[in-house]
Amino acid sequence: MTMDPIDRQLLQDFQRDLPLVARPYAAMAERLGIGETEVIDRLDRLTNSGAVSRVGAVLRPHTVGASTLAAMAVPTDRLDSVAALVSAYPEVNHNYQRDHRLNLWFVVATTSAEAVHGVLDDIHQRTGLTVLNLPLEQDFHIDLGFELSWT
Amino acid sequence: MDLSDRDYALVTALCGGLPLTPRPFLALAHAVGMEEDDVIARLHSLSTAGIIRRLGVIVRHRELGYRANAMVVWDIPDHAVEDVGQRLGSCPEVTLCYRRPRRLPDWPYNLFTMVHGRDRTEVTGMIAAMAEREGLRNHRRETLFSTRRFKQCGAHYGQRQAAE
Repeated sequence: MTMDPIDRQLLQDFQRDLPLVARPYAAMAERLGIGETEVIDRLDRLTNSGAVSRVGAVLRPHTVGASTLAAMAVPTDRLDSVAALVSAYPEVNHNYQRDHRLNLWFVVATTSAEAVHGVLDDIHQRTGLTVLNLPLEQDFHIDLGFELSWT
Repeated sequence: MDLSDRDYALVTALCGGLPLTPRPFLALAHAVGMEEDDVIARLHSLSTAGIIRRLGVIVRHRELGYRANAMVVWDIPDHAVEDVGQRLGSCPEVTLCYRRPRRLPDWPYNLFTMVHGRDRTEVTGMIAAMAEREGLRNHRRETLFSTRRFKQCGAHYGQRQAAE
């Protein structure tokens, strides 16, 4: 993926404080010294290339719905099949292997705490493995976006 | 601040992403049956109230070359976890900082931070420097690097909704 200095400025400077005006991309364009259409075209290209997830919001956790982080210690020879079983739940939105005895880590997000527990119980029943439930108790992060450094 | 049904519909519609059209809030307004001006004013209030943490361009770390993704977990005494959490949560290296329950004997850690970097060497160095700087060198911690991503997408809380 090739990015020029304007792409980089677009990614660095507008991770927060999207202008809350009727034409936000025009307001961004003015600060970047380019046209509104060019801002839109660049965001479209960066979204298609995967560098941008979306122009949108990060919400305070648990504003809508309920979620948890779960961890399992999966025997190596079962990891692929258990990971596929977990990923198949629409309620699972992140699922990673990590290098630890607890080697499968995933996030369950759905409508209610009861529904979250239902998914965890179901995974436990189907795999016969213990599922550690590690719900968020307190959020300390001040989210200012991610500082990008270009080297 | 409690969310009204209208706010709920608004943040739910918003989290799928704003359209890349000249008047994205107008499109959002149509989707939830509000006026464009009211959507903008409401988003301002929700941001001020901290319900919307951040509104803007949401980037993907891995696709931008930040391929090393570490979950650093800390065992911090309960009486100190709030203070340590607030300090780590405002470190520039940290992209998430949550308190979670211990699950003894399997899991002794109660503070979770995420650190992203270009490679493991860089991330390991960032974590060590942060622990030193924050006076946490003697607290037990582990670094869990991700080795495979099986799934990553926005969350669906019944309606269209996404969270990082």
